[in-house]
Amino acid sequence: MSGVELCDLTGSELTAKIRAGEITAVELVDATLTRLGAVDDRLSAFLTPTPEVARERAEELDTYLATGAPQSGVAGIPTALKDVFTTKGIRTTCGSKILQDYVPPYDATAWARLSGAGSVLVGKTNCDEFAMGSSNENSAFGPVRNPWDLERVPGGSSGGSAAAVAAGAAVWALGTDTGGSVRQPASLSGVVGFKPTYGRISRYGLIAFASSLDTVSTFTRSVRDAATLLGVLAGRDPRDATSLDAEVPDYLDGLDAGVQGLRVGVLTEAFGDGVEPDVASSVRAAVDRLEGVGATVGEASLPHAEYALSAYYLIAPSEASSNLARYDGVRYGLRKDGSDSIEMMFRTRGAGFGAEVKRRIMLGTYALSAGYYEAYYGQAQKVRTLVIRDYERAFESFDVLVSPTSPTTAFPIGAKVDDPMAMYLNDIFTIPANLAGTPAISVPCGLDSAGLPIGIQLAGPILGEQALLRAAAALEGELALDLRPPLLAA
Amino acid sequence: MPVEIDIEHVAKLARIELTDDERAMLRDQLGIILDHAAKVGEVAADDVPPAASAIPRSNVFRDDVPEPSLSQEAALANAPEHVDGRFRVPKIADTGP
Repeated sequence: MSGVELCDLTGSELTAKIRAGEITAVELVDATLTRLGAVDDRLSAFLTPTPEVARERAEELDTYLATGAPQSGVAGIPTALKDVFTTKGIRTTCGSKILQDYVPPYDATAWARLSGAGSVLVGKTNCDEFAMGSSNENSAFGPVRNPWDLERVPGGSSGGSAAAVAAGAAVWALGTDTGGSVRQPASLSGVVGFKPTYGRISRYGLIAFASSLDTVSTFTRSVRDAATLLGVLAGRDPRDATSLDAEVPDYLDGLDAGVQGLRVGVLTEAFGDGVEPDVASSVRAAVDRLEGVGATVGEASLPHAEYALSAYYLIAPSEASSNLARYDGVRYGLRKDGSDSIEMMFRTRGAGFGAEVKRRIMLGTYALSAGYYEAYYGQAQKVRTLVIRDYERAFESFDVLVSPTSPTTAFPIGAKVDDPMAMYLNDIFTIPANLAGTPAISVPCGLDSAGLPIGIQLAGPILGEQALLRAAAALEGELALDLRPPLLAA
Repeated sequence: MPVEIDIEHVAKLARIELTDDERAMLRDQLGIILDHAAKVGEVAADDVPPAASAIPRSNVFRDDVPEPSLSQEAALANAPEHVDGRFRVPKIADTGP
C-alpha cells in the first residue's frame, strides 16, 4: 500500500480522469472500498460501510457517463457521511445506542443533493454520540483512531469522516460543525475542514444537536474540493427555514486568483497559554507565507472570544436538551419497558444515552430551568451578541482572520475523558465562528516535532466564502505539503 | 467555587434515570462546568440584546399547498411497538377503581 492509488487523489484530479475516460467510476469505487477494507479494522472510522450500494451506484453512473451526458464535479466521487445525516433505508445511529437500529425513511437534503449529482456513498462514519465531543471517544460504538498515530484521537465529533478522508477510505466526506466538530478533527487528522456560513447548506435530515449552531461542513484533501462541494450543497431548501436565500456563486471562479492586497488579521489572543509551541510557530510561519505572496498582515482581536466558550457551553447544551427530548421510546429508537409511559421514558433515556450526552442534557436542562434561565441561558445569549459584534468590527479592518484551529495536535486516546473541562478547551478557537455564524476553514500547515498534523484556521465574514476559499487555496498552494499518514506507508 | 445543583430535580425535569454513581459524578462535573460558564455574567450588560441566532430569520413560510408526506407504514416502521396504525405505549394514567 506504499504507492499512491486512485483513492489518494483529490476529487478534482479524479473528475478530470473520469471525464477524460482514463478511469471508470467502478474502478475508483473499487480502489476506495479496497482501501477501506484494508485500514478500517485499525481505524474504526466507519459504523456502516455500504459497499453494495456503492458498487451498484458506480455501475449505473458508468452506464450514464458512457452516453456522453454532462456530469457534475462530484459525479462518481466516493463519499462518506457522518452518521448524523439521514439516509433512506440505511441505518443512521448518531453514534448512539438510542438510535442503534434506526433506519430513516428519508434522505437529508445535503446527501440528496450530492447523490442527485452522482456522488457514490461508501459508508456512514463513526462520530461522538449526537456530535457531542472533541475526540470521538463518546461514540457508543468505540473510538476512532488517528491514521497519523493509532494511539491518538482523530479529533471530534466528526472523527470518522476525518480519519476516512486522511486514510483514503473516502475521497471526501461530510461532517457537522457545531462548535468545531469539522475544523478541529480536520486539523488533528491533516485534511481540509470547511464550515460555511450558518444556513448556507440545508440542515434538513441532519439529526439536530444545537439548531442555531449546527452547520453542514466538509472534509476534503484540497481547498478546491471544498469549493466544488459547496457549489453543489449550498442553497435555499424549503424544508429548512434557516437556510439562506442568498444567491450561490461559482466558488471555483477566481479560486486561484491569489491574495494580493488581501488584509489578513492575526488573532493575537490565540497564541497565548495552552497553545503548543510547535502549533504557534507553524501557524505564524504560514502567515508569513501569505504575506510573502502579497497579503497585508496585521494584528486583530476578538475581545469577547474568551467568553465564547462559556456562552457555548450554555447555549449548545440548552438547545440539545430540547432537541433530544424527542428520544422518548415512543416513535423510534430504543425502548426500555416500564410500568407506565413516564417510567418507560426515564428508563429508555437512562439506558440509551451515554455519559457526555447525559451531561449536556442535564447542563442544558439546568440552564433553562426556572430561577436559572436568566443567569445562564439569557446571559449567554447576550455574550453571543458581543461575539457577533467583535467579528463585525474585526472585518471592518480585515478580510480574513487567522489563528490555530486547535491549541494542540492529536492527543492520546484516554487523555482527557475524565476531565470534561479540559476536553471542552479543545474548541476554544473554533467556537466563536459558530456563535457568530461566520464561515471558517482549517487548512493543514505543517507537522509538529512528533510528526502530527497542525491546522491553521482562516475565518471570513458572513457569506464571504469566496474570498476565504481564495485565501485558503493560496496558502495551500504556497505550502505545497505532501501529507500522507504513516498508516499508508506500512 | 463549584455551583451546587439539585441533581435529582434536574434529572426529573430531563426524564433521565441515573445511577447513584452517575448522580455523584454529574454533581461534581456540572458544578465545575457551571462555575466556568458563569463567566458570561461578567460581560453581559443590561443594554446588550440577546442573540438567539447569528442570522435571525422570522416568518419563513411556504405556500400552503398540500405535498406528499410519509405513508403511515413508513412513519410506523421504526416504532418500538405499534398497533392498528398507531404508536403503542405503556399506560399513561391510572384508570381508577
